[in-house]
Amino acid sequence: MSSHAAAGHIDHHHDATTTTGIPHKKLFMWAFLASDCMFFGSLIATHLIYRLHPPAGTPDPRDLFSIELTSGSTFILLMSSLLMALAVNSIQKGNVATTRKMLIGTIIFGLIFLGGQVYEFNHFVHVGGLTLNSSVFGSTFYTLTGTHGTHVAIGVLWLVLMYIRTFKPADESNGQGWILKGVFHFIAFTALTVLSMYTILALIHVLQEGHGWGYYFSHHYLSFGGSIILLGVLFAFARQSGPVDFGEAQAIDVESMGLYWHFVDIVWIVIFPVVYLLEYIVLA
Amino acid sequence: MDQSIPKNDFIGHEEHAPAAKRSFLFARPDHKTGIVSWLTTVDHKRIGFLYGITSLFFFLVGGAEALLIRTQLAFPNSTFLTAQTYNEMFTMHATTMIFLAVMPLSAAFFNYIMPLQIGARDVAFPRLNGFAYWVFLAGAIILNVGFIAKSGLPDVGWFGYAPMTAKAFSSEFVGDMSTDLWVMGLQVLGVSSIIGSLNFLVTIINMRAPGLTMMRLPVFTWMTLFTAFLIILSFPAITIALVEVMMDRNFGTHFFEVSGGGLPILWQHLFWVFGHPEVYILILPAMGVISEILPCFARKPLFGYPIVVFSGAVIGFLGFGVWSHHMFTTGMGTVATAAFALATMAIAVPTGVKIFNWIGTLWKGHLMMRTPMMFALGFVWMFMFGGFSGIMHSAAPADAQQQDSYFVVAHFHYVLIGGSIFALLAGIHYWFPLMFGRKVSEFWGKLSFWVIFAGFNITFFPMHFLGLNGMPRRTFTYDGNMGWNSGNLIATIGAFILGIGIAVYFVVMVYTYFKGQKVGRDPWDARTLEWSIPNPPPAHNFDVTPKVHARDAFWYEKNNKAEVEAEKAKQAADDEAHGGIHMPSNSWFPIITAAGFLIGALFFAGHNTFDHTMSDLLGKDIHGWGVMGAIIGGVIMFFGAWMWSVEGPGGYHLHPTKADGDDAASSH
Ligand code: HEM
Ligand SMILES: [Cu+2]
Repeated sequence: MSSHAAAGHIDHHHDATTTTGIPHKKLFMWAFLASDCMFFGSLIATHLIYRLHPPAGTPDPRDLFSIELTSGSTFILLMSSLLMALAVNSIQKGNVATTRKMLIGTIIFGLIFLGGQVYEFNHFVHVGGLTLNSSVFGSTFYTLTGTHGTHVAIGVLWLVLMYIRTFKPADESNGQGWILKGVFHFIAFTALTVLSMYTILALIHVLQEGHGWGYYFSHHYLSFGGSIILLGVLFAFARQSGPVDFGEAQAIDVESMGLYWHFVDIVWIVIFPVVYLLEYIVLA
Repeated sequence: MDQSIPKNDFIGHEEHAPAAKRSFLFARPDHKTGIVSWLTTVDHKRIGFLYGITSLFFFLVGGAEALLIRTQLAFPNSTFLTAQTYNEMFTMHATTMIFLAVMPLSAAFFNYIMPLQIGARDVAFPRLNGFAYWVFLAGAIILNVGFIAKSGLPDVGWFGYAPMTAKAFSSEFVGDMSTDLWVMGLQVLGVSSIIGSLNFLVTIINMRAPGLTMMRLPVFTWMTLFTAFLIILSFPAITIALVEVMMDRNFGTHFFEVSGGGLPILWQHLFWVFGHPEVYILILPAMGVISEILPCFARKPLFGYPIVVFSGAVIGFLGFGVWSHHMFTTGMGTVATAAFALATMAIAVPTGVKIFNWIGTLWKGHLMMRTPMMFALGFVWMFMFGGFSGIMHSAAPADAQQQDSYFVVAHFHYVLIGGSIFALLAGIHYWFPLMFGRKVSEFWGKLSFWVIFAGFNITFFPMHFLGLNGMPRRTFTYDGNMGWNSGNLIATIGAFILGIGIAVYFVVMVYTYFKGQKVGRDPWDARTLEWSIPNPPPAHNFDVTPKVHARDAFWYEKNNKAEVEAEKAKQAADDEAHGGIHMPSNSWFPIITAAGFLIGALFFAGHNTFDHTMSDLLGKDIHGWGVMGAIIGGVIMFFGAWMWSVEGPGGYHLHPTKADGDDAASSH
């Protein structure tokens, strides 16, 4: 599959062209993540300070939080890290096909987490009346978790682009066509994401209301059918003829992306107890 | 090497890419001269030059703003400026000087000199380097659009204390965006600084020439590394603070709004967690420059090299623990106040250690009193003075008197001008022959030094007394019978003398660039690697990657010629066997991505004003156009980044010939 498969064994832990043996991109990512730690540190500090000095009129978060839902999406996010690690592992062996599957898996799990967050925000706003400007609690809560969500979203976007990148043809004279195809691929991906999320939410809604599948298909055949068609389009894009410019040599790119993705998970492991669980311990 | 290939503008011969079967979008531009070559440049020296020119331009802008401030304060009850304009001027003056003059001028040296000092051919991420510059330019533009936009300039001080940045304090103009632009401009500059720093950090750690161990690094490179660390770890704090202000202003959150339960003091904490490390971001590069110049002109190695390096690290580390000395008078409680006072006093120790090392370097040296040396000695003396007044207000009770008075103004100008600016001006003099192959006239150089030195002290020395006599900072005028008249008049006269000195300095530099005396390689008989190459340096920096055997690597080379020559010949043969020198190609996408960034940020910060202005112009109500503009900017940025990631590594090969090496060497 990969044009680089013939390049022989690549040592992924040592780069002979750098003084320290650590690849540039990896060092860059580590330093960036150190910076991001300070970034989240400042946000978490802001949130904690306002929880220590809650101004009058601050709602009780326990009336809002659904700890089961958040625990569930936390679990999904952690599992996405596993898939990401497998993606890195397979590209290091030059196995592009498996890498693609793992990337798709990571994307889907990331999207589920984001979907959970969208649902949660929506719920808090409409049921709990908690908005960005209803209280300082709303301000800090949405800014902190929203920033984390933005990080996840950027990660998903990056994953999607990386996935499309795996189809770049080895023959560079074909580049123009591939770029255009890549753009369509991206658009199809985005459309499918939006539409399938809508389709699933609609299904949940219909089932919650007690209507049957018949009702669902008669009311939502457009979005359902559209999703299926887009899925087909995506498969069409994924059929590649000829060797691609993606393989072991690009493992470092996938690996740096993986570092980012794991970091975003780790930050959530801090945010989850600090923002959600602490409410039940300290204030109980 | 095939002799039929013609010579190009570079030293050596360039291998032509095999008749390209590359599609247009994947073909990276290969212009060597002309405007396109500058817009698409990835050469660290060119980028350094761009940083330098831009920051010097803003240095002049900031200076003009300072002269307006001083003119207003020359006499009591003056009406030269309105209170509003005065506030705008001191805000823009400080913001410009810190973020658009001193920091980028340091970055110019990081870019130009640091890779040469470590024997590298470029930085680790050449395209990202270009991007950092263009984003910096975008931030500079955003900060300064107030000069032409209807909303005017920001008037919140460079520290932007809450709640002055709140919507309620904005001017009565409907879509006031001056503060939004300030917030956005700083945000964009922060992005540029962080990206640049990550790049420098990786470059220093990963791209050192063989044999250049960390404890052999030139001190300037060390200080670049510490500065990069400080930027990477302190800028996120202000990024968050600015995000929170932005949300307060645009989305009605309550982070700093007292009426909604917000705590303005939180702004001060977040700001100074960044702000205090920031002052070391401004001074560490300067200390690095000085640590190069003093040994060179004292004809001695730097005294106590490891101590100079470690004290830099200690300063950087402690710098994160002293932020609240800017908040002594906010009533933090005795324990916190005492702790921060102690930590602040502790920081004076490594600072003092450095000064002793510099003095130790001078001790019994054969001092060559050239212009760079004059500026460097001026630095040591003035910076020490600023340090003393710093220690004075690290004592909380004393600070209670000095806070927000002209005493503080005197302190930080002694460290910022007497320190940072003097060192950077010294650095320009010092490295000018390397960059342009010409040397500044000693007479005019020294003249500008003395005028600047005199003007600076006449301006800021009296401010200590004004401060002790109770004159507050940030007031646009004062009453005639407070006893502050003569001090202010002297300071204003001094400011103009300083301005004249700077003008002379600039004229001399421009003259030298075109007409100055030409010099050969290594005119100062210097000690570090950057001087081992021809001036101006070729694009590939080193014909042969140098091998380092000692601190002051070039000094060692000069004293062990035979050994080094043999090594070079061997290394050159090795290089040739591996296809010569690999150089990165230019790229359009850094500037395209940055342009998207500029458009997006500008429209986002000014979307209200834009809609209002368009409504006025079109005579009907317009909504959402500003936001549309922001989205378009975002799309351009996304497109640029995506193309960047797929355009591929590019690059070309160079083969410096024996003849080139000889003719370069013979220029000495
Ligand atoms: C010996 C080392 C130093 C000590 C002990 C020291 C101490 C202090 C203290 C306690 C203050 C707060 C004064 C007040 O607001 O009441 C202060 C303000 C300031 N210092 Fe320093 N300082 C030192 C070095 C520096 C350096 C190296 C720089 C910059 C290159 C610097 C720049 C500033 C600035 C800009 C302010 C005023 C900030 C503002 O309010 O806008 N200081 N210093
Ligand atoms: Cu400070």
